[in-house]
Amino acid sequence: MSYPTVIPEFVLRQSFIELDARARAQSLMDPGSWRELVGPFDRIESPWLPEQGIAPQFDDGCVVLKGAIAGKAAVVIALEGGFQAGSMGEVSGAKMAAALDLATRDSQNGKTTVAVLLLETGGVRLQEANLGLNAIAEVMASILALRQHAPVITVIAGTVGCFGGMALAAGLSSYIVMTPEARLGLNGPEVIEQESGIEEFDSSDRALIWAINGGEQRVAMGVADELVLDDAQKIAAIVRSHVEAGLPAVHRSQQVDLYRERIRALDTSRQIDPLTLRETWGGKTTVSKTRKGVTR
Amino acid sequence: MSIQVGLRGKAWFEALTGKNSPMAGDPDSVLTADVKIGEDTARFLCVVPNPQARFPCARRGEVGLEEAYTLAARVNEVIEQNTSADKQPISARPIIAIVDVKSQAYGRREETAAIFLACATAAEAYASARMKGHPVITLVVGQAISGGFLTHGYQANRILAFDDSDVVIHAMHKEAAARITLRTVAELDRLGHEIAPLSYDVRDYAKLGLLHKLLHVEDPDKPARATVAQVQKELIDAVADARAGSTDLGNRLTSNAARETRKASVAARAHIEEQWMKA
Repeated sequence: MSYPTVIPEFVLRQSFIELDARARAQSLMDPGSWRELVGPFDRIESPWLPEQGIAPQFDDGCVVLKGAIAGKAAVVIALEGGFQAGSMGEVSGAKMAAALDLATRDSQNGKTTVAVLLLETGGVRLQEANLGLNAIAEVMASILALRQHAPVITVIAGTVGCFGGMALAAGLSSYIVMTPEARLGLNGPEVIEQESGIEEFDSSDRALIWAINGGEQRVAMGVADELVLDDAQKIAAIVRSHVEAGLPAVHRSQQVDLYRERIRALDTSRQIDPLTLRETWGGKTTVSKTRKGVTR
Repeated sequence: MSIQVGLRGKAWFEALTGKNSPMAGDPDSVLTADVKIGEDTARFLCVVPNPQARFPCARRGEVGLEEAYTLAARVNEVIEQNTSADKQPISARPIIAIVDVKSQAYGRREETAAIFLACATAAEAYASARMKGHPVITLVVGQAISGGFLTHGYQANRILAFDDSDVVIHAMHKEAAARITLRTVAELDRLGHEIAPLSYDVRDYAKLGLLHKLLHVEDPDKPARATVAQVQKELIDAVADARAGSTDLGNRLTSNAARETRKASVAARAHIEEQWMKA
């Protein structure tokens, strides 16, 4: 009559990756606390895509929610990887930069407002080329301005990953949270193969891609902070803990001398084995000594 | 392209600073010099090709790991000097980025060693200098492409560029952009003439409202004495203009050209602000 059933926790979880940008953003905020700003009903869309015969989207692939996380004022900005691969256009970039700037203004006026960025993006939207690149420059400037007052937490869950100029934006964040499915890098594998040849990077080699760009590697080598399984509740808990932790003593992107020495010490006569960086870099970083490793 | 990317940058660095070597301990690809310009001693920085670079994918003027961390260190040095030497920084020193970079380095070594972080540190250094009141001026003399430009130059509060057909400011070089957007180079050229942000022509770039000024200079490949004097004066003016303005990137939205071409940015920002106040 009673058969003890063991259903693995992982099977019963709510996947975060399977949620769209809007549902991801909502899942991180205190229930009932948020309101979406400039949502699809406002129809602020790209003026450049229709000219090129490409369907725009009413929210330009960028979801902005203002509300609270762990009771603290917060804004969550999510890029929709399903629209133009999450690429940054003029409008999506302006929405992100504007929301970050308003969080800065509120923080300066005494209402500290943290930002969470959900980055699923290939970088610049090439159909808006120069306005996309500038949008990323402006987002980076806005992250740095807010970071003087409140933490900026980047979550990269997958499956698009975070590439191109937006990887620099991730690099400026106070904390980076990744799943094992997520990837983080400046140049995507296809771009490297195209520019430098298949001997340099075989973009069909998935094991190689995840060995270099994957969440497990990025956290183990110390250039991202938290590895978390694809579970919406666990990701929300990690985000809450970083909101509560506040600003780190030193941001990773300020540790120029440390990383410059590490680059100097690399043997560049051959390709670098990613595993060696786990040993030589990982764990030595003074950033985020706490809570490293997979949260289960 | 008449000459190799990076060589024009080197020529202008030499012409403006009278120097052509890296600072002690730096790779040959990053030239840094402190030179008097007007009343100030400005720090000039330039990334140049280094055929002997340790990293094989960063030998032709790309911004790689060594370049990015060197830029970050040399820019941070100026900020630190200012905060430690002068308790009251009356005039934070100008920082001038001479830009002629073909891109970021496209290599596996770079990806493995997290080039995204390297580039972020340099962009942060420039932005921090700007936010602390250093006039950060970018002078685009050749190419300014993609992650190379985000790392070295795009955080400046004033951007100057030569009005010349060899000056290219873009998100990706033409051949690669064509492949990724499934277009031909000819198609991309045609679209560029119709749609300003896609154009590879610096005069179209000027229409976006992001540039402080387009400089008309004689023979930019060979900086003559008179041309150098002209560019120096423009740099001095840009420094004064930056000091008189804000320390953010707001001028990229309020310029006459931006109000026209970046209407969507202005509208999106205004709507976000309006709804933010109510939320």
